[in-house]
Amino acid sequence: MKAATKDVTMAIPHLVQQFTKETHDTFTLELVPSAGNAQFSFKAGQFNMLYLYGVGEVPISISGDPDDESKIAHTVRSYGAVTSRMMALKKEDWIGIRGPFGNHWPIEKLSGHDILLGAGGIGVAPLRPVLYYILSHREKYGKVALIYGERTPGDLIYRRQIEKWRGRFDLEIYVTVDSAREGWRGDVGVVTTLIPKTRIDPLKTVAFLCGPEIMMYYTIQEISKEGVTDDRIYISMERNMKCGSGFCGHCQVGPKFVCKHGPVFLFKDVKHLFWKREM
Amino acid sequence: MQKPEKTLAEHPFFEGLASDLLKTIASCSVEANYKAGQIIYNEGDTANQFLLILDGKVAIEIFSAQRGSLTIKTIGSGDVLGWSWLFAPYRRRFDARALKKTSAIALDGKVLREKAEADHRLGYELLKRFSSVVVDRLNATSLQLLDIYGKHA
Repeated sequence: MKAATKDVTMAIPHLVQQFTKETHDTFTLELVPSAGNAQFSFKAGQFNMLYLYGVGEVPISISGDPDDESKIAHTVRSYGAVTSRMMALKKEDWIGIRGPFGNHWPIEKLSGHDILLGAGGIGVAPLRPVLYYILSHREKYGKVALIYGERTPGDLIYRRQIEKWRGRFDLEIYVTVDSAREGWRGDVGVVTTLIPKTRIDPLKTVAFLCGPEIMMYYTIQEISKEGVTDDRIYISMERNMKCGSGFCGHCQVGPKFVCKHGPVFLFKDVKHLFWKREM
Repeated sequence: MQKPEKTLAEHPFFEGLASDLLKTIASCSVEANYKAGQIIYNEGDTANQFLLILDGKVAIEIFSAQRGSLTIKTIGSGDVLGWSWLFAPYRRRFDARALKKTSAIALDGKVLREKAEADHRLGYELLKRFSSVVVDRLNATSLQLLDIYGKHA
């Protein structure tokens, strides 16, 4: 008997179990599949296509715990027509999901390494599953540091969770914002200013970066100065993903389809494509 | 307390500086300590000093009548505060406030300017190091102006 294959073009209805407003324009959806649909599993770094019925579909990284198969978490920043309408979702509304798509951060293979996570803006969401994974297998890794840059203190997401994680002795978490009003006691400055604080050992460290490309570009420059080589840097690229399966070509960058070959790339393999104009 | 030359030599800002120049600079230095919340200087003040931060945290702020004080950068151990002392008209361009208890080495910029005029080797070293601070600040400001995490990034 031929095994049933998953139809990647078919959105499966999911129920909004919880809607958490993170900031004025960012929210986290916790979703559960409709009755009869199998539980969902994913790896850190993968994304789903979220379909808001009658409005449209958008690619959104999965931001929950890969070991928790009871629900799917997506943290969404309201940027466009679909995500703005998603902000009006509430508990027990329905949303369609296709996925998971793409490859993942190779965290399982990096046992024994130090891990540097560099996040800019909503880029912290695709890195949160890596942190969940590391914390579930903490003994496998050396030093683990997260650097996270945002616009203002009011734009910081997962604030309570980050504060809690910051209290752990086995995690280093550094947060900075681009500007702040009086009263903010944290760091102000671009995210690259946090790199010296991590005091990374370039020979032991593997970096995972996610954020706007300009942020990753400058972060790569800074960690390269510290001695981290291109074969130890992974980036998550963001493009206009539509089909999620490498058919439509919307997310093509040179010979790569971000939805299929990515979104996670070893920097060494895409250096020639990264930050290239007219691509 | 260790000798000022040693403290200066250990600070990243003066890394690799020749010992005779360190000695000259050390002769213009004093310890400075600030309480949390203390204003170190205000925009428009005469700039005749700069600080090498040893410990603590300082906010560099700009004041806007509509929005109040906005922090544009925070600095800490290993950083240098103030470069207006080196460039005419020697006036502070921002406010600086200690966010935590902060200890620093304060250097007399007015005397150092005179010494740098007399010894261009010293002047070149100071300009080279402060230019790097200014360039870093300019690059950071460009990124902040781009609003890279905003909707139009």
